[in-house]
Amino acid sequence: MTWEDDVQSDDAPSTTAKHGNDGDLKRFSRAVTINRDHGELYRFWRDFSNLPAVMDNIISITVLDDNISEWVAKGPGGSAVKWRSIVTEDIEDALIAWRSDDDADVFNEGRITFVPAQGDRGTVVTVVMAYDPPAGFVGRVIAKILQREPEVQLRRDMRRFKQLMETGEIATNVRNPAQLAEEGK
Amino acid sequence: MRALAWHGKHDVRVDTVDDPEIVNPRDAIIKVTSTAICGSDLHLYDGYIPSMKAGDVLGHEFMGEVVDVGPGSNLQKGQRVVVPFTISCGSCFHCGKKQYSACDNGNPADNQDIAEKAYGHPMAGLFGYSHMTGGYSGGQAEYVRVPFSDVGPLVIPDGIDDDKVLFLSDILPTGWMAAENCDIEPGDTVAIWGCGPVGLFAIQSAFLLGAERVIAIDHFPKRLELAAKFGAEIVNFEESKTYEALMEMTGGIGPDAVIDAVGLEAHGFFADNVIDQIKVSTFMGTDRTHAIRQAIIACRKGGRVSMPAVYGGFVDKFPLGALMEKGLTLKTGQTHVQRYLKPLLAAIMEDKIDTTFLISHRMPLEKAPEGYKMFHDEQDQATKIVLKPEMFEARAG
Ligand SMILES: NC(=O)c1ccc[n+]([C@@H]2O[C@H](COP(=O)([O-])OP(=O)(O)OC[C@H]3O[C@@H](n4cnc5c(N)ncnc54)[C@H](O)[C@@H]3O)[C@@H](O)[C@H]2O)c1
Ligand SMILES: [Zn+2]
Ligand SMILES: [Zn+2]
Repeated sequence: MTWEDDVQSDDAPSTTAKHGNDGDLKRFSRAVTINRDHGELYRFWRDFSNLPAVMDNIISITVLDDNISEWVAKGPGGSAVKWRSIVTEDIEDALIAWRSDDDADVFNEGRITFVPAQGDRGTVVTVVMAYDPPAGFVGRVIAKILQREPEVQLRRDMRRFKQLMETGEIATNVRNPAQLAEEGK
Repeated sequence: MRALAWHGKHDVRVDTVDDPEIVNPRDAIIKVTSTAICGSDLHLYDGYIPSMKAGDVLGHEFMGEVVDVGPGSNLQKGQRVVVPFTISCGSCFHCGKKQYSACDNGNPADNQDIAEKAYGHPMAGLFGYSHMTGGYSGGQAEYVRVPFSDVGPLVIPDGIDDDKVLFLSDILPTGWMAAENCDIEPGDTVAIWGCGPVGLFAIQSAFLLGAERVIAIDHFPKRLELAAKFGAEIVNFEESKTYEALMEMTGGIGPDAVIDAVGLEAHGFFADNVIDQIKVSTFMGTDRTHAIRQAIIACRKGGRVSMPAVYGGFVDKFPLGALMEKGLTLKTGQTHVQRYLKPLLAAIMEDKIDTTFLISHRMPLEKAPEGYKMFHDEQDQATKIVLKPEMFEARAG
């Protein structure tokens, strides 16, 4: 996958193009401004074992070495989707890129960038991801019904990431811990 | 615990539900001593606000005693607090700008989807006010879980009655912000549509902010009487033609600033209102907007339009041309409650603002369904209803 915009006449990110995002790989992105220093945000993310706290559909992440980690996600119908993720690029305080290894159930790759925001607004965090939709169209419909459509998941995960970094906790409307457990969180 | 739950249009009940407990570090649990029914609750009662679910606990105007705190709260057990209806984190970009009702983090991540789709951006969480604003359990209950309790609740000094400070939770700051949004200049006349709690506090606030004259419009004699008591000139829209009256009363200039304190359920047999109502009942539109239309038409050239009134969706026949051609400024929004708590508490202590005049009824929480019916059907007499969870039935009234 190429991250850079190939044939574009404007400054809009390529993931917002009206045409040309319909190859085999589904690409999407989400940007969020977080009122924290880029180094702090980078360090949180670079320790992948932190991520299940903000990623609702990730059951566990086991860090095997500096660049390889094992991810287990909730799949359709109570199944689990597993893959190994390999860091492909790493620029301290600025960028992390990764891709699943070749045995992954669902091929996926992604990149997160941390760029100081204008004014005193903290850091613009942008995630660009691509994945191979499971079983094509039908798989995506199933995922959508289960609300595990990766795009929906990404935008919610990024909100939780922002909440945790800015407020130290993740907002919830439950009345008590028992209800939280019931929701599987 | 016992709590007032929404079950559908004109169907609210006091149910037994799970007690709240500390979930997040910055939480506190409040034992409610007083909680009020708001005009905004009537929009829920009448089924105008989308994303409600059966069983949702209502109530966003409440105060009480701190009975439990998480490790990140700075409150102490036993303190008395008034709780703002806006759930705001205190640390995001918007909270930094004191735009608390626009807080990025008060609304749970999944719930934010609804408003992001409908409005382009999610707003702060609100207590007891639909799933679009967080799906939080509200304050018309014995206990409430209050998130971000280190930045929201205001501690009330001992010896001050609940009734005096309860309205800091919403309608007093709302009336104040409505007047502030008028950017009042010396010599100004402010016209206010609606003499409900919000309108009545807007009258007092407008005078405190320097208005020379306030003209208040409603059709309920009792409410108009209260408006007159605070020094407003009054117009009863059932007896007089509002636009014509306003023009004569301001020497043809029109009010310098106008406030819509009515909202999406405007009363009255006006042609536009009747058409709006037909559309609502046939699902072709949502909001009944006679008051804001009339306010814009009456406002003087280059004047200011302040709209504390709540709207949820789309409107028809909005006078956009008048807004543009007359060069009006429109300001609105859910109230940034946390911004006003301390100065308004001071104003209450110095007797600059009268709050207790408003309360027409006090009743136990168990009688809340009757309270809703009364506040809905008998608006002239029922100016504000306060529920007291600790009050016994026998003492009701
Ligand atoms: N912005 C906020 O944060 C915020 C907070 C609280 C309440 N509100 C909103 O403010 C509005 C008023 O709240 P309230 O508690 O005072 O409500 P309320 O229902 O008690 O009062 C509304 C008043 O408007 C009058 N009215 C109806 N139609 C009218 C018309 N055509 N012309 C003039 N007056 C008319 C009614 O007779 C009534 O007295 C509601 O829409 C409420 O949702 C907003
Ligand atoms: Zn209210
Ligand atoms: Zn905030």
